[in-house]
Amino acid sequence: MTNAAAAIRPAWRSRVDLGLLAWCGAIAVALLCLALKTRLPWLVTFPKDWTLPIAAGINAISDAVVPLVQPTFRAFSALLDWPMRAIRARLVWLPWPAVMLAVAALAFKAGGMRLAVFGVLALAYMLVAGYWPQSMSTLSLVILAVPISTAVGFGLGVQGYRHNRVKPALTALLDLMQTVPAFAYLIPLLLLFGFGPVVGLIASAIFATPPMVRNTMLGLERVPEAIREAGLMSGCTGRQQFWRVEIPTAQPQILVGFNQTTMAALSMVIVAAIIGGFEDIGWEVLSSMRKAEFGQSILSGLVIALLAILIDRITLGFARGGNDSPARRLTGRRLLVVLALSVFLAVALRLFLPEGALLPGSGLRGQAGFVNQWLLGVVRDYGWLFDGIRNGVLYSLLLPLRIGIAGAATPAIWGFSWTPALGLAYTAAFLAGALWLAGRFGWRWGVALLVTGLFLYAGFVGFPWPAFVLFAGLLAYRVSGAGLALFAVAGFLLIMLAGLATPLAMSLYLCGLAVVLCVLIGGALGVWAAHSDTVSHILRPICDALQTMPQFVFLIPALMFFKVGEFTALIAIMLYAIVPPIRYVEHGLRHVRADVVEAVEQMGATPTQTLLNAKLPLALPVVMLGINQTIMAALSMLAIAALVGTRELGQQVYVALGKADAGMGLVAGLSIAFLAILADRLAQAWVKRREVVA
Amino acid sequence: MADMAPAKLSCRNVWKVFGRRPGYYFDSRGYVIDPNVLAERLRAEAHLPAVVDASFDVMAGEIFVIMGLSGSGKSTLVRCLSRLVEPSAGEILLDGRDLLKVSAKELIELRRHAMGMVFQNFGLLPHLDVLGNVAFPLKIQGKPARERETRAREMIALVGLEGRETSYPHQLSGGQQQRVGIARSLAVGPELWFLDEPFSALDPLIRRQMQDEFLRLQKMLKKTIVFITHDIAEAFRLADRLAIMRAGRIVQIGRPADIVLNPADDYVAEFTEDVPLLSVIRAGDLASTSKETMPLAAPVRRDACLEELVPRLAAGEKVFPLEGDPSMPASVLFAADILAALERDSARRVRS
Repeated sequence: MTNAAAAIRPAWRSRVDLGLLAWCGAIAVALLCLALKTRLPWLVTFPKDWTLPIAAGINAISDAVVPLVQPTFRAFSALLDWPMRAIRARLVWLPWPAVMLAVAALAFKAGGMRLAVFGVLALAYMLVAGYWPQSMSTLSLVILAVPISTAVGFGLGVQGYRHNRVKPALTALLDLMQTVPAFAYLIPLLLLFGFGPVVGLIASAIFATPPMVRNTMLGLERVPEAIREAGLMSGCTGRQQFWRVEIPTAQPQILVGFNQTTMAALSMVIVAAIIGGFEDIGWEVLSSMRKAEFGQSILSGLVIALLAILIDRITLGFARGGNDSPARRLTGRRLLVVLALSVFLAVALRLFLPEGALLPGSGLRGQAGFVNQWLLGVVRDYGWLFDGIRNGVLYSLLLPLRIGIAGAATPAIWGFSWTPALGLAYTAAFLAGALWLAGRFGWRWGVALLVTGLFLYAGFVGFPWPAFVLFAGLLAYRVSGAGLALFAVAGFLLIMLAGLATPLAMSLYLCGLAVVLCVLIGGALGVWAAHSDTVSHILRPICDALQTMPQFVFLIPALMFFKVGEFTALIAIMLYAIVPPIRYVEHGLRHVRADVVEAVEQMGATPTQTLLNAKLPLALPVVMLGINQTIMAALSMLAIAALVGTRELGQQVYVALGKADAGMGLVAGLSIAFLAILADRLAQAWVKRREVVA
Repeated sequence: MADMAPAKLSCRNVWKVFGRRPGYYFDSRGYVIDPNVLAERLRAEAHLPAVVDASFDVMAGEIFVIMGLSGSGKSTLVRCLSRLVEPSAGEILLDGRDLLKVSAKELIELRRHAMGMVFQNFGLLPHLDVLGNVAFPLKIQGKPARERETRAREMIALVGLEGRETSYPHQLSGGQQQRVGIARSLAVGPELWFLDEPFSALDPLIRRQMQDEFLRLQKMLKKTIVFITHDIAEAFRLADRLAIMRAGRIVQIGRPADIVLNPADDYVAEFTEDVPLLSVIRAGDLASTSKETMPLAAPVRRDACLEELVPRLAAGEKVFPLEGDPSMPASVLFAADILAALERDSARRVRS
């Protein structure tokens, strides 16, 4: 409402000036803070005396509450423990030929011959690599978590669709569930349920529920009015209308939700290995990474990747409804027959074959020592290259961003020191650039450049926090309104009061850099793909694979080549977060209104002019959604990236997990969620405002 | 005509108002307020009067067309008739029984047996094939599978879709999809048939075919029809009687010829400007009784449109006897009357 009102207010021009004034004021405050920082150090480092023992408070409460409710939860845990063990035992008991037959039949039904072959090959790899029991363990957790998430998600989705009052609360809850890193709620779960795989299961179920809720709501909301009315005019009762008209019509969307839920469950099951549990594939990857056995970690990482792609394609195939002709010949009844046959085969094999004949000894992993040697050799031989890349980026990009150009420009790092003359030149260059941008594209660009210059100068860690909070508040106010501004300011202040000022700055810097690089690289790839079908065809399967992969997998190559450290975390985050800009930029550019592009081309614009003046501005809302997704992905990767050694909020969560410090874990986790939600609201408000103006 | 056939469906002072509290304006205090004044007040107070005081009768077996531009309230009005949209005030009488007073359960029964509806965007269920879609209303009633299928196949044959029974909606063209919609709406054998812009989403050529098809079906089935359209040519082509709506009000009700010959106001006049008079006005519309001796010329059907008389008119005939009941006074059509009507029409065109 406020946006719409602001956009159509006639006194638009005077408001612009007001905004410029406000930004100049904020920049002046920042400069003042920087000037005073030697005299008033509390402007830069948030004073320790001011912090509140929020985490300790939460711990005190949880210490009081947990013993009271623990028996109930432990009983629940025991209740879930039994079916989990049973399913795992059954799956591991199943001889591999039977599983292969069943998976091949399912894959054939879902996606035809190619998927069936892929399924058999993937399973064969797991077998040969020697990770069969572990894969089946992981699968058993997924098989248990998915029905829980699906049922709960469907129920919540229907409630959200039916009751308009439930919906906002539900959406807020979903936002939290999807943005608080899973590590953070693992801690209270551990306290309540005790150690063991059940916690992993429950965490997976929580993490995997939101997509089901969202897609159920979306599907039901999108049932066309004509279909609804046709159902009513056919004389449907309320129940008939719901089950026979609305649900079947919404079914494709609901199945997409089921696919996403399954993938989320798989991702989480693997991450949950971090708290131990039983022999599953996530644990294999983690322990081999800890032991720096790259051979094993690649072998087991590949198992995860194959498992993810296989499950994704099968569920997606069912969601789309197998339309190819060969798949349709396999009717539901025939599929059941094949599945029954595989069970029969399983029993027969078990009865007539000796135990050892069924699984190859230790598989490839036993011989992985050779691979390890070879990989270590490669890393050693090309160490100069990897170290060069790493140090180059570290010293020219990461360090200045963290501690500021003034801090990085020392003889030890850059070979020269920061002199007042250099400072003057720096200021002059940025001022001139800002003025030029302001004259050419509008004052917003000039202000953006100045703010960038300030951050580059002081670094994220050295930036005076009052100015930072002011910037954040002002940005939120200008884009959305007073509500979001209040949310931003209060959130940042609370995080600082909780004593997390430095991790917050580190998170912002790491995520910010990852997002900027992803948008630049991914955006360029997206533009390229939009103009070349070949590039698009090459990129699509890569993007598909990257998006299917559980977050954990991205750590393996990054860690292997670049060792522990911030740069490795950056690479892992970027690998995970680069897909949305590629996809959204390509999609946005390809679906720009054709009539506008034709009109611009007809006026004699060059392809570059068409891109810059017509296509990109028109595609901007879509691109912005892509950037939003990138930010979400980067933030969600923070907690995982903490495993390779960072100093941001994710690390706080991870450390808290190790110490079972529920308070710190929750506060740091909520901080990440806050950043994600703030970024999301900012992006959405921005897109909405643009649409209103357009 | 109105006094001969009974009204099947009657609409009495029906209002539909969207807004925060439409009920507030329709308390039954019993005083009468001018509808236009009330509509103005509603608009001023942030309400949207979509249907304003609509009253009309639909006779058994006639095609009653409601025509108006988009946003004139015609789709809301037809939804009030089936209570897909709950009217804010008024009465809707089906065979003399007020539909607005029946319970939810009775309403479902009425929809199951007495009403069929066709939608502009077809409203076909995407997960059912043609046979399943046509049989859907029967399935909802719990009819046995064999009966469902027989009936559905009959309906599919009726609309000429034999051979496409196992196709899914997304495999059909727009025209074919609407044939399925028509078959489905007729499957339960309703007496009342609502069609909400059924052909508006189709290409002009297909639309024309579907209109012919519709007239053929109606000749066989003799349903009581309420047909919504924004297409003036379609309205005049299909209607036995038609109502023109503007901003929620019905501005004129009448036979097509009445409306073009005596438009109620400038709006209707302008609206109907392009209607081809020769094909809308029928011989009976301009007839006068004659005491003179019958001329020997060949008699003309009462419902023949003037177009058919043009050759004879050009050949110089001055008087056309009308076919008719021998007991009634003989009526004739004077060439002069035809020419006068045409002249008035062209004069109107030149003026505007």
